[in-house]
Amino acid sequence: MSYIVWFSDPYPGDVRHLGGKNASLVTMTAAGMPVPPGFAVTADAYRRVFAESGLEQRMAALLDGLDVTDQAAVKVAGAAARDAVTSVPLPQWLTDEIVAAYDELAARCSDPHVGVAVRSSATSEDQPDASFAGEHDTYLWVRGHDSVIDHVRRCWASLFTDRAITYRREMGYADGTAAMSVGIQKMVTPRTAGVAFTLNPTNGDRSQVAIDASWGLGEAVVSGSVTPDNFLVDKVMGQVTSRTISPKHVEHRLGDDGRVVECDVEPERRDAACLSDEEIRAVAALARRAEKHYGCPQDVEWALDAQLPDGENVLLLQARPETVWSRKPRTSPLNGVAKDTFRSIVATLLDGHHAQGVDAHHGHPHSVETTRDTEHPQSVG
Amino acid sequence: MADRFPSPFEMTPPVGAEGWEDLYSYSVVFSKERQAYEDGAFWFMDGVHTPEVIEPWDATIVEYALIALSQYNTRHYVIPPARGVDIRILNGYMYLAPVPVLDPAEIESRIPEFMERAGFYFGNWKTLEDAWLPKVKAVIAELEDISFEPLPEREEMAVLTEGRGTGSGMHLMQSYNRLLDLTLKTWNHHFEFLNLGYAAYLDFFGFCKGLWPSIPDQAIAKMVAGVHVDLFQPDEELKKLATLAVELGVDARLDDGTAAEVFAALGSDEAGRQWLAAFDEAKNPWFNFSAGSGFYHSDRVWLENLDIPLGFIRNYVAKVRRGESLARPTEAVAAERDRIVAEYRELIDSDEDAATFDGKLGLARVVFPYVENHNFYIEHWAHSVIWRKMRQLGEVLVKEGFFTQADDIFLLQRNEVPTALFDAYHAWAVGIPSRGAAYWPAEIERRKGIMNALRQWSPPPALGVPPEVITEPFTVMLWGVTSDSVKQWLGGSDEGGDLKGFAASPGVAEGPARVISSADGISELLEGEILVAPLTAPSWAPVFGKIAATVTDVGGIMSHAAIVCREYGLPAVTGTAFATKNIKTGQMLRVDGNAGTVTILD
Repeated sequence: MSYIVWFSDPYPGDVRHLGGKNASLVTMTAAGMPVPPGFAVTADAYRRVFAESGLEQRMAALLDGLDVTDQAAVKVAGAAARDAVTSVPLPQWLTDEIVAAYDELAARCSDPHVGVAVRSSATSEDQPDASFAGEHDTYLWVRGHDSVIDHVRRCWASLFTDRAITYRREMGYADGTAAMSVGIQKMVTPRTAGVAFTLNPTNGDRSQVAIDASWGLGEAVVSGSVTPDNFLVDKVMGQVTSRTISPKHVEHRLGDDGRVVECDVEPERRDAACLSDEEIRAVAALARRAEKHYGCPQDVEWALDAQLPDGENVLLLQARPETVWSRKPRTSPLNGVAKDTFRSIVATLLDGHHAQGVDAHHGHPHSVETTRDTEHPQSVG
Repeated sequence: MADRFPSPFEMTPPVGAEGWEDLYSYSVVFSKERQAYEDGAFWFMDGVHTPEVIEPWDATIVEYALIALSQYNTRHYVIPPARGVDIRILNGYMYLAPVPVLDPAEIESRIPEFMERAGFYFGNWKTLEDAWLPKVKAVIAELEDISFEPLPEREEMAVLTEGRGTGSGMHLMQSYNRLLDLTLKTWNHHFEFLNLGYAAYLDFFGFCKGLWPSIPDQAIAKMVAGVHVDLFQPDEELKKLATLAVELGVDARLDDGTAAEVFAALGSDEAGRQWLAAFDEAKNPWFNFSAGSGFYHSDRVWLENLDIPLGFIRNYVAKVRRGESLARPTEAVAAERDRIVAEYRELIDSDEDAATFDGKLGLARVVFPYVENHNFYIEHWAHSVIWRKMRQLGEVLVKEGFFTQADDIFLLQRNEVPTALFDAYHAWAVGIPSRGAAYWPAEIERRKGIMNALRQWSPPPALGVPPEVITEPFTVMLWGVTSDSVKQWLGGSDEGGDLKGFAASPGVAEGPARVISSADGISELLEGEILVAPLTAPSWAPVFGKIAATVTDVGGIMSHAAIVCREYGLPAVTGTAFATKNIKTGQMLRVDGNAGTVTILD
C-alpha cells in the first residue's frame, strides 16, 4: 500500500485519507484547475506510524485525564506531546516513499532542491477550522529530503497544539480520533501574480474577467503597494477588451527564508505589461474554470510560475466566491418600457450612450472592498 | 476645449474658388435666409461617403440619398425621436445635420404612428424584403435600357413610316429626365428597409450593452452577421475564377500583361475560352463594383477597369498554387456564430431577459441581411450604370463641341444639364450654331479651376453646436458620430500619441503604416503593412488577405468597411478622425481592434 497520493492522481477526494485541504487540491486538479503540483502523505501513514511506534500510548499517557482548564498543565503536556511526535524516527517504508515523491516533483520542476510548502491537512471535523490552526500548520520554502521528512512530523505535531488539545477536550472528542495527512506542494516562484474576478467589478458585467497583475508575488497587488496592470477579458470572445498598463515601481519576492522582501523594479520592466496577451487569456481561462467549478462568480488569486513550462505555468492559489456584486440583486436592462419592441427602440435611440461604441469602462478590482487571507498564499479553496 | 465648432458663416472659400456656391443647388448651400437655424445646428462632414470635393453633378446622388433617408424617418415611419438628416455643401464638401425631435410630448405622440407603420414592416419583413430585389433589379434594367445617342443629321425613315410623331432631341431630354427619375427611385428603394434595420439592430445592441456593459461591439455584430452575404460575392467570384484558372491550366497565361492582352491571348484555345466564358458570366452583375464608395463619378468600377479584378485574381492564383484553400469556411463561420450566441446567452440569469434576448436577436437577424446586402445593389451596381450612362451623355455633348471630354458633364449641376441639352436640341432643330459650343469650354475651364482650388481646402470635421445626444440611427451606426468623437474633434488634432476610434473588427496587429488616399494606392500595399486611409471600400477586400490591419479616419461599427473587415478577420479601428493626418507611411503602428486604439510606436 502506498502512502503517497499525487494531486494529479485519479483519486477520489477523500477526507478520511487526505484531510480537507489535500482532498480539495485533488478535486480541483481533477477539475482541470492548475493548482501548484505536489503530493499528499496520507493520513494512513500517520495512523500506522502512531500505532507501530508506540506514539499512541505515549499520547494517551500524556493527555488522558489532563485538566484543560489548567493552562499551565496544558502547556507542559502539549509541549511534551509535540516533542514526542517531532522526535519519533520515521520508518524506512515511509521515508523511501517521501524521498521518491520529492525527487519526482523536483524533476518536474527542473530543480533538484525544489522549494516546497509542507502543510497539514487534518482528516476530521474534530479540528478547529483552518483559521484557528494558525501558523504552525504550514511551512514554506522547505528544501531537501531531511527537511521535508522533518516537516512532515512537525505537521503531525500540529494536532497537539495547546489550543487543539483544549478544543478537542471541550468538544468531547478523543485525541486518538484525529489523524493528519500532509501536503507537499511546489512553492510558487511567481514572475507575475495578481487577482482575477470573473466579473467586471466596476459594473458587475458577468461577461468579463477582470485581472489585476504586477511583477513578483501577489502581495503587491493585494496590499495595494503598487498600482497593478489592469486587463478586462471578454469571456466569450477571449478578447482583451481593455488594458491599462501602470508604472510598477516595486515587486515582492520571497527570499529563501520564506520571508517577503520588497524590491525596486528596474526601469525597463516598470512600464512594460507584466502579462502577454496569451498569458492574460490563460489567467482568464483559469478564473473561468474556477467559476464553472464552483458555480458562482469567483475572486481568485493566481500566479505565473517562473519555473514551470509555458502552458502549465499559470497557477491557481486561491479561489473564493465574489461577494460584492453577487449579493446585489441582478439588474435587468428590461424595465416596463423596454419590453415592448417599439418603446425599446425609441428608448435606445434616445439613450444615445448605449450605442457610443467605444467603451470607457476600465475595471480596477482592487478598488472593490474585499478581504483576503494573505497569510497563506498557498492555500487553495 | 471649445464647446462648439466654427460657424459655417465664418468659413471663407480658398483663393481661386470664389463663386463656388453657384455650382450647386441654391437650396444646398448655407445662406443668410436660414442663418439662425444653420448656425445653431450641428453639422459633421460626411467622410464616410464623400471624403473629397464633390463635383456639381455628383452632388445629385448625395442629395437624393439624403432626401430619401430623411423622408423615411420623417414621413414614412415617423421615427419618434428623429427627423431627417439635413445636408449642406460647403466649399465643395458635404456636411450633414441630424434633426432631432426634442419635445418629449411630441416624441410620445409619434410613438403610436411609429408602431403602426414600422410595426407593419417588422411584421411583414420577409415578404416585403422578397419584393425589394426584383424592384431594384427592374430599376437597374430600366437604367441599362437608357441610351444617349448623338443627335442624327436626319431622323431615320422609320420615325416617319411608323408615324412616331416625336424626334431625337426630345428623346435625348426625356432620357436624361428618366435617368434622374430612376436615380431618385433607386435611392427611395435604398432606404425602404435600412432605417428600420438599423433601428432594430441598435435596439439589440443597446439591450446587449445593458446586460453586459463591457461586451465588445463586434461580439454583438458577430451574433447577427449573415453567413452568405451578397456584398462579398464579387470577391467570391474572383476566388472561383482563380481556382478555375488553375484547374483549366490557364493560370500561367494570366500572369503578365494588361487585361486586354491577357483576354485576347486566352481566346486562342478551348480552355482559355472556357475561362473567359466563366469570367463573362461573373462580371455581370458582380463586377459592377466600385473601387471607392461609389459616390464619385471618378470612382473606378471593376467592369470598366478589368485590370483591377485581374490583379486580384493573380493574387488568388498565387495562393491556389501554394495550396491554400480560398473557400470561405461557411460552416465554421456559422458554428462560431452559434457558439458566441450560446455562451452569452448562458450568462443571462433571468428567463425574462433570456426570452427578450432571443426576441431581439431574432428581429436583428431578420433585418440584418438587408443592412449587409443592399450596398452592392445600390452604391455599386446601380451607381455603376448611372455613371456609365452619364458618360455616354457627356460624349454626346463632346460631339456638340460643349465639352472636351465626357467627364466634363459632371461639372454641371443636374438642373443645368437639361438647359444645355435644350441648347443643343435647339441648335440642331433650327440648324444654327449652339451658344453652348462657345459658352461651355471656357466655363468648364473656370469650373475646373474652382474645383482644384476647393481641393486645397481642409474641411473641419464639424461645424456649429454639438447636441447632448445623437438620436438619429444612421449618425451613430453608419457615420460613427458619437459624443466621444465630437469631444475628440473639439480637442483638435494636435495632441500626439494614441488615436482613438471604433473597435470595428477584433484583433491586435503591429506593422508599418501605408497611408493611402484613394483606391489607386491599394496596389502599393505590401504584405504585413497596416492600411491607413480616409475610408475603405468593400471592393478593397481582396487585399485584406495580405495586410495586417486597417485604420480609417471615418466610419462607425456598421460602416461597410467595418462589416467587410470583420468578415475577413482583419483588425480594424475606424473613425479615428486624424489617422491620415497624424500617421506617416513607414511608421510602426500597433492597432488594437478590440480596444479601438492606434499607437504610433516610433
